[in-house]
Amino acid sequence: MRKGSEEIMLMKGNEAIAHAAIRCGCDGYFGYPITPQSEVMETLMELEPWNTTGMVVLQAESEVASINMVYGAAGCGKKVMTSSSSPGVSLMQEGISYMAGAELPGVIVNVMRGGPGLGTIQPSQADYFQAVKGGGHGDYKMPTLAPASVQEMADLTVLAFDLAFKYLTPTMLLADGIIGQMMEKVVLPPYQPRLTEDEIRAKYPWATLGKPHGKKPNHITSLELLSEDMENLNKRLQARYRTLEKEEVRFEEIACEDADYVFVAFGISARVCQKAVEIARSEGIKAGLLRPITLYPFPVEKIKELSNRVKGFTVIELSAGQMVEDVRLAVNGKVPVEFYGRMGGVVPSPNEAFNALKEKLIQ
Amino acid sequence: MNNMNITDIVNPANLVYKKNSVLNDLPMHYCPGCSHGVVHKLLGDIIEELNIQEQTIGVAPVGCAVFAYKYLDIDWQQAAHGRAPALATAIKRLLPDRYVFTYQGDGDLAAIGTAETLHACNRGENIVIIYINNGIYGMTGGQMAPTTLLGMKSTTSPKGRMYERDGNPLDMPKLLAELDGVCYVTRQAVHTVGAVKKCRRAIKKAFEYSALNKGTSIVEVVSTCNSGWKMTPDFANRWMVENMFSKYPLGDIKDTIQA
Repeated sequence: MRKGSEEIMLMKGNEAIAHAAIRCGCDGYFGYPITPQSEVMETLMELEPWNTTGMVVLQAESEVASINMVYGAAGCGKKVMTSSSSPGVSLMQEGISYMAGAELPGVIVNVMRGGPGLGTIQPSQADYFQAVKGGGHGDYKMPTLAPASVQEMADLTVLAFDLAFKYLTPTMLLADGIIGQMMEKVVLPPYQPRLTEDEIRAKYPWATLGKPHGKKPNHITSLELLSEDMENLNKRLQARYRTLEKEEVRFEEIACEDADYVFVAFGISARVCQKAVEIARSEGIKAGLLRPITLYPFPVEKIKELSNRVKGFTVIELSAGQMVEDVRLAVNGKVPVEFYGRMGGVVPSPNEAFNALKEKLIQ
Repeated sequence: MNNMNITDIVNPANLVYKKNSVLNDLPMHYCPGCSHGVVHKLLGDIIEELNIQEQTIGVAPVGCAVFAYKYLDIDWQQAAHGRAPALATAIKRLLPDRYVFTYQGDGDLAAIGTAETLHACNRGENIVIIYINNGIYGMTGGQMAPTTLLGMKSTTSPKGRMYERDGNPLDMPKLLAELDGVCYVTRQAVHTVGAVKKCRRAIKKAFEYSALNKGTSIVEVVSTCNSGWKMTPDFANRWMVENMFSKYPLGDIKDTIQA
């Protein structure tokens, strides 16, 4: 179906990631099957992009190998990604930390399922801490994007690559099992050609493509034995994170202009809260929704600003309460911040979210 | 030499040996007597001889050779412990006309990186794996490796490796030679001039094979770690010949190209 020049398609969130990756000029995907995100690699294998754009798609022997393949290809200045779900992303933490230390760009998709342990294949948001607080070792931060629709699965895949290369950092698309599995209409991003090797050499002079004659070789490493050198690397990273925090905060506000009470939620929880706002408004309660799109950098300033004019916040998550800690830090005690969450793969209904607002905050 | 004066000796026309141009002018951090330096030199020789300096990307391990990237004037990536074959896989897949090699120790290849190594070989990645087997963890101070011989003492097997507790030493090249994806497996050493010459030929062959797209080439170099073994360099060489070679006999294990 066509609307103007835009092609509207119906597909799963996981499928949209695969289409968006091919279209935005991705050079390679390396992954390992795990529910509920296996459609990402399955779609890529079905689409055979190696015949069209030349993109490499390879099923690795583990998530450990996948993330290290991403490291190797990223070290060559290539635009590459992997995808997994919670237990698999735990296995990738070593590689993510190494990528942060070696200043390598790459996209990691986590379509979260309930944990801890093998947990469940049902949706969850309990990997928030792991994603935004540094799941691997060392002082690093990872830009983390939270799609709330199939459209955003496509759009934020493209944005994740842009941020990864702008800030030379691993970047995460943190979705949940519902956003991955549900089907919605989507307008896929336009095709961008993959970079040629000459373009990579010009844009990313650090890439290991083979040392040109007479030039110094490139080394991709996160190792600095001298503590002063290692501190300098850390300072460089921290400066980059401060820029990220200033420049790259993204969020959506729904009915916040006149709101007395504001839900804060991301991903599928935000979709639930959108309906809860409607229920509240129909009962005469002026509710609004703040939906962080970037979980790191977190919309601290926006929440501070809201906390000067609202009576309280209700944070809804598919976890025991993780993002709520960052909301409380931003609110800093000015107004009450209440939390309601479901765990282990259970998704709250809009009525549950509304009741949480009414019972915990208003009554 | 006796009838040459100093100006004759430094005259380029009388030069009989010079360091290859790929090896950097840096003092190496390796212990005196260590085999790494010789293998680095051989890699430099071969990269120079094949004229592939601009097309070669090395992947350094975690272990004593973690700084290999300092010594050879080529592009390098330094991998997490054991993951070098995963990096090399992606580099070679995305840059198929480049020469890609990993340089791994026995802890890296035969313990923590067993899965990455085996699967890269099983996929027949067109890469070269240089495998330095000295039967011990050198960098961390001489702990037991999967390759440590039975009865051999280390800081984590102070009374010697015991089969009942630790299993037998693991012969990874023999195991990897069983895989169809692997075209060349050889076991070499660098303890004598003759051995160095043979090892040089083997490494050269491995690089040449990797350009044929016929699968993975593996060159194991049975090596000494005199610091970790607590021996003098000379005694370590003799100990290696007398003890290591019976478990890890030198020679080609597989060659599907020449066969």
